[in-house]
Amino acid sequence: MALTRDDVEKVSLLARLQLTDDELNSMTEHLSQIIQYVHQLDEINTDDVAPLAHTLDITNVLADDVVEECLSRDAALQNAPQRDEECFRVPAVL
Amino acid sequence: MSIISKSATQQREMLRTGELTSVELTTVYLEQIKSRESTVKAFVHLDEQQALDTAQRIDTRRAAGEPLGDLAGIPVAVKDNLCSQGIPTTCASKILSGFIPPYDATVVTKLKTADAVLIGRTNMDEFAMGSSTENSAIQVTNNPWNLQCIPGGSSGGSAACIAANFAPLALGSDTGGSIRQPAALCGIVGLKPSYGRVSRYGLVAFASSLDQIGPMTGNVEDAALLLQVLAGHDSHDSTSADVAVDVYVENVTQPLSDLTLGVVDEHYGNGLDTEIRSSVQEAIRVYESLGATIKHIEMPHASYGIATYYIIAPCEASSNLSRFDGAHYGHRADVSTVDQTSTSEDALTRMYRSSRAAGFGDEVKRRIMLGTYALSEGYYDAFYLKALKVRRLIRQDYDNAFKDVDLLIGPVTASSAFKQGEKTSDPMAMYMEDLFTVTANLAGVAGISIPCGLTDTGLPIGVQLQSAPFQEDKLLRAAYMFQNATDWHQRRPEF
Repeated sequence: MALTRDDVEKVSLLARLQLTDDELNSMTEHLSQIIQYVHQLDEINTDDVAPLAHTLDITNVLADDVVEECLSRDAALQNAPQRDEECFRVPAVL
Repeated sequence: MSIISKSATQQREMLRTGELTSVELTTVYLEQIKSRESTVKAFVHLDEQQALDTAQRIDTRRAAGEPLGDLAGIPVAVKDNLCSQGIPTTCASKILSGFIPPYDATVVTKLKTADAVLIGRTNMDEFAMGSSTENSAIQVTNNPWNLQCIPGGSSGGSAACIAANFAPLALGSDTGGSIRQPAALCGIVGLKPSYGRVSRYGLVAFASSLDQIGPMTGNVEDAALLLQVLAGHDSHDSTSADVAVDVYVENVTQPLSDLTLGVVDEHYGNGLDTEIRSSVQEAIRVYESLGATIKHIEMPHASYGIATYYIIAPCEASSNLSRFDGAHYGHRADVSTVDQTSTSEDALTRMYRSSRAAGFGDEVKRRIMLGTYALSEGYYDAFYLKALKVRRLIRQDYDNAFKDVDLLIGPVTASSAFKQGEKTSDPMAMYMEDLFTVTANLAGVAGISIPCGLTDTGLPIGVQLQSAPFQEDKLLRAAYMFQNATDWHQRRPEF
């Protein structure tokens, strides 16, 4: 079950990746190979098997809702490609 | 005997008695780095002056009789995906060039509390994705045993560092074998703890249900020493286990009587190098001579490990790496110069797409794409959910195995260190490097690679032991038994 170039282009938008033509071609080829390989899992009957997302038997680990010292605004903005006094600056969303 | 050939455990004792100062010890390693690093390229960042300053401060405190941490004065190298406050952390990726973390990873905090001398940051495959360190966007690291060969990956820099005697202790991370495989290819000891044993806070996440940080060292007792410092519950990491930490250091030299080791027959198929096969079988014989019983174990789903891993890991990665978008940190593309292929895309989307396109390497893009596809509508059940079900079956194989045996023993890799460039054009061939290591991550069990031989061409071979979760104590003691009866761990390349 191979991927088409069109499939790959659609996925690249979902993945927020801009791929060149060459990349689209090689990505289509490589992803198809990998998808074909992983299809071997279809050989296994998993009808009565529950998925295992996490190997530790813990759920909903919560912390007390206590106000503490956290990153200063400056520290949080320290790596910003573009910033003003208060915020990260990005191209307009709306 | 040069101080560099002593274990960190021995160096620690010499520091304690005053026979050696930390400045002397750190200087020796810095000299070794100065003379050999240009041919190995293990480090992406060296902190020479800072290291010497730390060493001096520790020597002064020691002379004043102050209490010191468990690694006081000992140099440690840290993989470049572990956040260190104020120090560039790149994960060997262009998308994080110039990124300076505002905080320390928990393991870095622990090293500092232990008074370790942080000597530098090591090279890796970009975002820990790879098995050769060739995916680093910064540089290639050469295997000290043969400079035309890869050191393994993704913790190739840390492995090369130990093999080349650039530091006695190093940290790596392991998601599908990234500690154990380079350890095997570089003839050193590498331990992947059980999932949750060591806090992941500050480890740049690749696959959150698979990642673990672990020690990479020249011998087993040093792995115990380093794990003792790293292990423990952390409230900053909601996936860290609230399980008591054993006294690895005190126990490591005590052999295990009535040890049963499980051998998985599926491991010894045609893909395994004959030299590795015979070294591993010799290692098994050594254990038998030490009184261990060998049992043959079936792990019916072991051969599906790669397929399972190469769905789950990319899926988790596609989510984890979505934060690298040029908005808050790292590389941001100049949107004004971006070719508008589609006018329906807003500027923000163009910024995300072009920043990520420029910042990520090929393998990272490939895995993000694979993960995005496998999680997308219509495919989630067939791929991701299916893989999670097989994951449970793999875990059950381990649970069943550990009812019969204490530990599993087997190969780490199918072949020894390959030449640079040999597998870079064939992603699947590279993925097969992880054949014997991925199942431990999928199941959350612990695994250690220890040196057990050399090939005819002088390349290291490792043997892997695996334990049930939170049995690192047993793992280390068993590994030490082998080390005590052999001398492979003392071999270092001459270069």
